[in-house]
Amino acid sequence: MRTVTTNSIVSDDARDFTSNVLNEVVAHLRHEHARLRDGWIQRIVDGRYLTAMSEQEVFAEATSLYGSYLEVLQTGSVEALEAYAQNLSGRIIPRGVDVVEVVGILLVLRDVLARELFSKYGRDVSVLKRVLDAYEPAANRIASTVAVGFVRERERVIRQQQEAIRDLSTPVLPVRGRLLILPIVGAIDPPRARQLTEQLLRGIRSNRAKVVVMDVTGVPAIDVAVANHLVQTMEAARLLGAFVIVTGLSPELAQTLVGIGLDLGKMNTVGDLQGGIEEAERLLGYKVVSADPSRAIA
Amino acid sequence: MACEARIHVDSDRDVVEARRKGREAARQAKLNDGDAALVAAAISELARNVLLYAGEGDILISAVENGICRGIVVTAADRGPGISNIDLAMQDGYSTSGGLGLGLPGVKRLMDEFDVTSETGQGTTVVAKKWAT
Amino acid sequence: MAVPILKQRDYLIATVQDPLSDDEFAVLRRTLVEQVGVFRSRGVIVDVTALDVLDSFSVRTLTELGQMARLRGAATVIVGIQPEVALAMIRLGLTLGDIATALDLEEGLAWLDRKMNGIGSRDHERS
Repeated sequence: MRTVTTNSIVSDDARDFTSNVLNEVVAHLRHEHARLRDGWIQRIVDGRYLTAMSEQEVFAEATSLYGSYLEVLQTGSVEALEAYAQNLSGRIIPRGVDVVEVVGILLVLRDVLARELFSKYGRDVSVLKRVLDAYEPAANRIASTVAVGFVRERERVIRQQQEAIRDLSTPVLPVRGRLLILPIVGAIDPPRARQLTEQLLRGIRSNRAKVVVMDVTGVPAIDVAVANHLVQTMEAARLLGAFVIVTGLSPELAQTLVGIGLDLGKMNTVGDLQGGIEEAERLLGYKVVSADPSRAIA
Repeated sequence: MACEARIHVDSDRDVVEARRKGREAARQAKLNDGDAALVAAAISELARNVLLYAGEGDILISAVENGICRGIVVTAADRGPGISNIDLAMQDGYSTSGGLGLGLPGVKRLMDEFDVTSETGQGTTVVAKKWAT
Repeated sequence: MAVPILKQRDYLIATVQDPLSDDEFAVLRRTLVEQVGVFRSRGVIVDVTALDVLDSFSVRTLTELGQMARLRGAATVIVGIQPEVALAMIRLGLTLGDIATALDLEEGLAWLDRKMNGIGSRDHERS
């Protein structure tokens, strides 16, 4: 078979072929990096991407990203890119940069580089085609890797923030050994319900609680799914040897619970938190001294 | 562990093994402890059903991904007598073996997705999925 | 893989250390019921801390253990149910019925002591 050698692209083996093509493309893009990167940055600014970042920051990130981009094109491995994407996301998410912007600038870079390839190899259509065949899949893979990495990182951050908020909003208060008070304030969605369950059961274990007073005065309403979840949580607490008293149940909440088939007579409910604590102490065998002055001993 | 595990169930001990593999798989798929416990309990019920009604069968456990969500799929398959009336079997409290009859309805409550196909004389296949929360 | 059973005063304490198969669970129940008769025990504690699954069979067996032990004059307490296991049990729709539960061995013993001494009759506590 005759092997034709030109000053650029050749091989009989398709794989070698693609990598040779890419090697040459990357070499060229590296050689022209200053010009191309600056062109990219200009388009970033014109397109109003990354407005939350300063000029120097954009320059620094663009330079690193450009380098990573070429590396992926050449090696075909996205591992380093994934790590970089996660790192980048960690830095820019708190600055309020959105995934739309990140994907946007990557696509702009893809276009900038593609146009460069057009102008370099455009004279010979078959060569151009081979170049694009090698370049396009790699470029698309880069865009999706970074986008997914960004989204995953953002979700991780959101989850962390939500957990921190929930921890703050539902403190488990140990009150005199064996008694826990769990004041719940605000709406409860399924993730928060799960958080509550975890906190409650963990609290029972670490405080060796035998009675828990769960005060729901501050809970406006709950849906059927959350109601079921709370009931299950109370039953689970029972299996851990703790008894749950619910206080502050509004008529609306009571109605929801009855609606899911709960026999309120079986559940121990007391009107308010104070009453609940007294009931708890009675159950635990503590003597309750009334603070009512009219009962003062003469 | 590889991406999926297949346990042939024909004895008591296999049920324990199936649960263990299920927990391992759940951990690998980064499900939290609570969800892993649900998966293990579901596998226990399904594997026991296979043993009880068909004498033997297979439990297949694999990880699945749907966009950003990760989950575990459990498939229990046997060539036993099959379930003649699935609706009846899915009612709480119904049982043909004199037990509590909490098999299938219980598993459905534990998992996020649940499907059972059965044909009398041919066998039964149950597929249940649990997604990470 | 027998479950070690200790005799402590009037009580029998069975500590499950590995996951049990259905047969092993049945053997445990049988053994405990026998020993309650032999030693005239007044209380039985089953420590399931090491179990990460309590499915319909295990719960049924434990419930039967409680009933049979009561017929022989002993109260039963299940201790050490892990939070995730408890939630899975409840989602499965299982209950331990009249059987008492406590956080751990120490609590279980305290519960039995109170019961034996007839201290208080708390309506929220069972058998």
